[in-house]
Amino acid sequence: MLRPAGRHMSALSISFNINGSPVTLDVDPADRLLDTLRYQLALTGTKEGCGEGECGACTVYVDGLPVNSCLIPTYQVRGQRVETVESLDPGALEPFERCGATQCGACTPGVVMTAWWIRGHPELLGTHSIRELMAGNLCRCTGYDGIVDSVAEALGETGSGQGEP
Amino acid sequence: MLAQERDERHEDARGAEAALEPVSFAECGLKRMQRLARAIPEALDGLDLVAVRLDGEHEAGADRLAVEQHGTGAAHAVLTPDVRAGEAQLVTQEVGQEQPGLHCALVAHAVDRADQRRSQGPQRYALAGSAARRQNSSMKRREALAKLTGRERYVDDLPLRDFLWGMTVRSPAPRGRVTAVRFGKDVDWSQFVVVDHRDIAGPNVVALIEQDQPVLAAGYVRHVHEPVVLLAHPSREAVRRAVRAVEVVIAPESPALDFRIAPAPDQVQHGSDNVLKHLRIVKGDVERALAQAPVVVSGTYETGAQEHVYLETQGMIAYVEGDVLVVKGSMQCPYYVLKALQHALARDETRVRVIQTPTGGGFGGKEEFPSHIALHAALLALKSGRPVKLIYDRGEDMAATTKRHPALVRHRTGLARDGRLVAQDIEVVIDGGAYVTLSPVVLSRAIIHAAGPYACEHVRITGRAMFTNAVPFGAFRGFGAPQSQFAGERHMDVIARTLGIDAVELRRINLLTDGQTTATGQAIRDGTDRVAVMERALELSSYRDKQREHAAFNATHTTLRRGSGLATFYHGAGFTGGGEVALKSRLRVAGRADGRVEVLSANIEMGQGTLTVFTELAATRLGLEPEDVTIAEADTARVPNSGPTVASRTTMIVGGLIERAADDLRCRVGLDDTARGEAVKQAIRRWHRDHPGAGEALFGEAAYEKPPGISWDDQTYQGDAYGAFAWATYVAEVEVDLRTCATRVIDFVAVQEVGRVLNPTLAKGQVQGGVVQGVGWALMEECKWRDGAMANNQLTNYLIPTSNDVPSIRVAFLENPYPHGAGGAKGLGELPIDGPAPAILNAVARATGADPRAIPLTPERLMELIDGPADVGAQHAAPRR
Amino acid sequence: MNVMLPGSVPEALDMLASDCAAVPIAGGTDLLVHWPVRVEAHEQTYLDLSRLDPLKPLRWTADELMLGGLTTYWDVIRDARAGEEFPLLVHAARQVGAIQIQARGTWAGNVVNASPAADGVPVLMAYDAVVVLESRRGREEVPLDRFYSGYKEMKRRPDQLVVGIRLPRRRYSYQVFEKVGARRAQAIAKVGLAITRSGAGWRVVAASVAPTIRRCPAVERLLETGTAVASPEALLPAIAQDVAPIDDIRSSAQYRTRVMAWVLYHDLRDFWGKRA
Repeated sequence: MLRPAGRHMSALSISFNINGSPVTLDVDPADRLLDTLRYQLALTGTKEGCGEGECGACTVYVDGLPVNSCLIPTYQVRGQRVETVESLDPGALEPFERCGATQCGACTPGVVMTAWWIRGHPELLGTHSIRELMAGNLCRCTGYDGIVDSVAEALGETGSGQGEP
Repeated sequence: MLAQERDERHEDARGAEAALEPVSFAECGLKRMQRLARAIPEALDGLDLVAVRLDGEHEAGADRLAVEQHGTGAAHAVLTPDVRAGEAQLVTQEVGQEQPGLHCALVAHAVDRADQRRSQGPQRYALAGSAARRQNSSMKRREALAKLTGRERYVDDLPLRDFLWGMTVRSPAPRGRVTAVRFGKDVDWSQFVVVDHRDIAGPNVVALIEQDQPVLAAGYVRHVHEPVVLLAHPSREAVRRAVRAVEVVIAPESPALDFRIAPAPDQVQHGSDNVLKHLRIVKGDVERALAQAPVVVSGTYETGAQEHVYLETQGMIAYVEGDVLVVKGSMQCPYYVLKALQHALARDETRVRVIQTPTGGGFGGKEEFPSHIALHAALLALKSGRPVKLIYDRGEDMAATTKRHPALVRHRTGLARDGRLVAQDIEVVIDGGAYVTLSPVVLSRAIIHAAGPYACEHVRITGRAMFTNAVPFGAFRGFGAPQSQFAGERHMDVIARTLGIDAVELRRINLLTDGQTTATGQAIRDGTDRVAVMERALELSSYRDKQREHAAFNATHTTLRRGSGLATFYHGAGFTGGGEVALKSRLRVAGRADGRVEVLSANIEMGQGTLTVFTELAATRLGLEPEDVTIAEADTARVPNSGPTVASRTTMIVGGLIERAADDLRCRVGLDDTARGEAVKQAIRRWHRDHPGAGEALFGEAAYEKPPGISWDDQTYQGDAYGAFAWATYVAEVEVDLRTCATRVIDFVAVQEVGRVLNPTLAKGQVQGGVVQGVGWALMEECKWRDGAMANNQLTNYLIPTSNDVPSIRVAFLENPYPHGAGGAKGLGELPIDGPAPAILNAVARATGADPRAIPLTPERLMELIDGPADVGAQHAAPRR
Repeated sequence: MNVMLPGSVPEALDMLASDCAAVPIAGGTDLLVHWPVRVEAHEQTYLDLSRLDPLKPLRWTADELMLGGLTTYWDVIRDARAGEEFPLLVHAARQVGAIQIQARGTWAGNVVNASPAADGVPVLMAYDAVVVLESRRGREEVPLDRFYSGYKEMKRRPDQLVVGIRLPRRRYSYQVFEKVGARRAQAIAKVGLAITRSGAGWRVVAASVAPTIRRCPAVERLLETGTAVASPEALLPAIAQDVAPIDDIRSSAQYRTRVMAWVLYHDLRDFWGKRA
């Protein structure tokens, strides 16, 4: 990837863990984690939908929590663990295939990241509904039932019971 | 016929399809259904019966569909040799109503002996009114895993070397002469590629219906954000800064910004009155009928613009390969883009190539607009000699691209005292914005659907598309029908209230029955029982029970109000009238050397399921497995023009071309229509062995043929507007918080008849997605305008529903196969957005006593209706709480 | 654009003192909105707070809950005791954006962003929060209800960092938080109301109806004095004294006023006309 010329730059050398592997990069203070992932690391699974933290298409995990990578300056993840959709096991995504969680696919990586995180924290369903937990992932195609059903199915697999539809 | 149906091998079941007549609901009649309903419990006592548990593949989605569709509980299939395939559908519906204890979900075709069934293991067969075939559409979305894992690559994901980022400099004013374009002193412009209208080799026009819209403004602008100059640079940040450093100086002129009022003389910019298009439908004598009608009810209704918010913003890549300009990107219509590029760049089809990349949502927003971005990227690439990538960020996309046409609709309706429609006088006005784009066609569809799915002898519908200096409006799912049907269906409830008639009864009296004609004089003879569709929706939504519950709820709650509302509506699939003929769609199914087949079409996947449905249709036709079918990339260098991916035509019409092209392919390898599966593959492989080096030469082809018996007159706007209509009734239940006047949809039922449902999971997903878009349009999606451009162009200020803003959307399909649609299907994609807005507003009216006439019905607007001074135009003032 | 990366709070304070124009950045959920297209943001110098670990946790003492300068919404949502003693914090936190924002956004960041539509500030103010500021010149504490002096103006000097927010632990006999937005999640408040009642009296805090988030003394007085209020309209004079809503891109002054009157009236129906 060609590094653009002509920017005001004070490059920072940042080391972090990406999908289980350590990496060290030169980044610009103005680089968002989303930009670094997509354009420097060629991890294009994470998408940009709005640039303002509304749509969730850019959702990744930083130290295990789902966050909008469009709102994180890359230098802030130094020393931290970053996980993107590329780190998920495709074999585990069968409920999402079956229940119609994806149509056009643009929101999907973000949706899957949030959904997978919910699946890993079933105790949250004691205080939250699936719909509330997914509200940071906008979808324009599915009307959300396919997504919510998929999460419920995935939770069902863990034996933690059903989320509310 | 019975003998074929009893054969359990699914290949034969598929073959049996061709032999069966589609079930006509009209033929059945109540008596027949009752007879069958009695036969089932009698047969249950007989020994020929085997109860089979519907095991096999448990697909949560399909199970739920079965339950919803047939209103049953546990999934047990009851088989009887006496129940023929075609009747089983009706039996389950009727039985469900009359024999609640009898579980009859999906009924397989008949079997003779219990052991036969046991030895083959449980199978599930879905019935689609006419043919028994293997489990209805178990095929999962073909590209689902790629999308779920983030491996599917959209235009901005594609690796690209040594490229430039392109960006657009736009007009700051809605109208005026460009007096200067000033390039700021602090930028080294020699580092940038700069393009303006002088760099356009051919006519400075984006070819569409009219040739009125320039690629780049040449001395005059007609709307804010109109493109004037293009820039490119290797650094995205540099080009962003540079765009701000270009000043477009406009000598302003008086803009026309309100389409509802006649322009001032100095605001006329099109013809003598800023009317882009006039259209008219006339049936009978509406003036006389109105004069004689016992009751006349009038109403005026408004709909706002709607922004698509496809999650993938628009974008293109352009580069030159040898002598060929290649453009790749997010689009619905590769051949529209091709035509636009050829025209403005004066290149013939051998020197331009357009390739659709996986498209992250379209909804019509990527029907015509991509041609602009394609041209912009191409101009920059041609001038610089380097690849150019032009991706709109969200704010730019929302502000500068097309939106749904705002509309104003006036009704004047004459009725008999019992509610029967005797005269409909309807005026539809839409805002086209500053260029013609597709406004004439949007207007056309709007007026054709304006009178609703009702019988009325005297109808006059006039339509006007207005020029204004707003950012041009364009295609959006529904394409005029949501606007006019919002008005029509809200008006039906206004009529009901005025006459003191139940809203359901009013519709029951007037819904088209077989043999009656639409406003354009089209006789509807498809055999669909539209009242049954409505009844199903009322049943699933517990409409009557809810009415009683709501009355009690509203009496006992201080600040909450609940209500339910319905809408009955329809949507014609495919291009209007002679449009499909004019498209001359062609498609190929090629046979590859390894025996597999490839579908070559220009119709694209944007989430609605094209790849999956095309695969299923080809596989079903030839008896192949899905893995044996590939769908070619939509590359104009390889695929014929099968028409645009719009108008709910892709499955119904283009799918039909697949079936015929597959037949043609079979022919070319010397087989007849009974050949299936391995036999077909072997024949293809043999052909290639006999014709070594033939490469792509083996293919079957099909060109669009109009179904028989359809005729349309474009001059008089009379005749068969569409080959098929889909029919629907939606019911919305809402809760309004009187403290904030916020409306929440707490339940939604969507029942429709769309021919045969080829893939329930995909079809249900289309309905749910369309409904939620309709909910947004009705309640929260508001475009706020400044100088004719969207001022709230960010997702924090233009709100679409989140998962927490909508309930589960409950979907049911009644099936009535359409003989001229692929697999019996009718178009489905747009229908679902026609119904939610009026159903919701009718529900709010019921809940609160207010009388909303416009969408979006934001809390602010509802507050004015509930609290504000009584409006002369409103039918009812809200009761004091 | 430049960024400074302090490793400790004293180092951060030194850096702030040396460059008063430096913009402290915590979770970034406000600062990074549309970052690439906001070229003016690229001229600034940022002070990255993300490694100042002592500021992250919330702490309970016998008398108070101390939110750290980097405590996030999610930290509070997950704290069981916060749910019991300061439920409005949890209610408000759950309505900030969605999980992705709650995992990054900080209470202190919400305070210094000084948006009149903020979600965190109203509930903090209704709990009598005190802002704890540190600089090289020493520590300063400012009650939150006196922290804002005008639209986006606050009593924070450029060399000061918010290192904590203190909430006195009290028994509350009534508390409610109402956020009126255009949808149920991911919405900027059109009207926000945080109301508490304790031995210290009534606190009625309003958001999005004035240039700053503020207490509503005239409405509080009605409650304290047990004045009879028979309808939402009867609250309009007090509301007019306390707030000044405007028309903006999200809503109208008329709507905001009316909603505030209706929500206050109905939520507090049990309390009008009853002296404490």
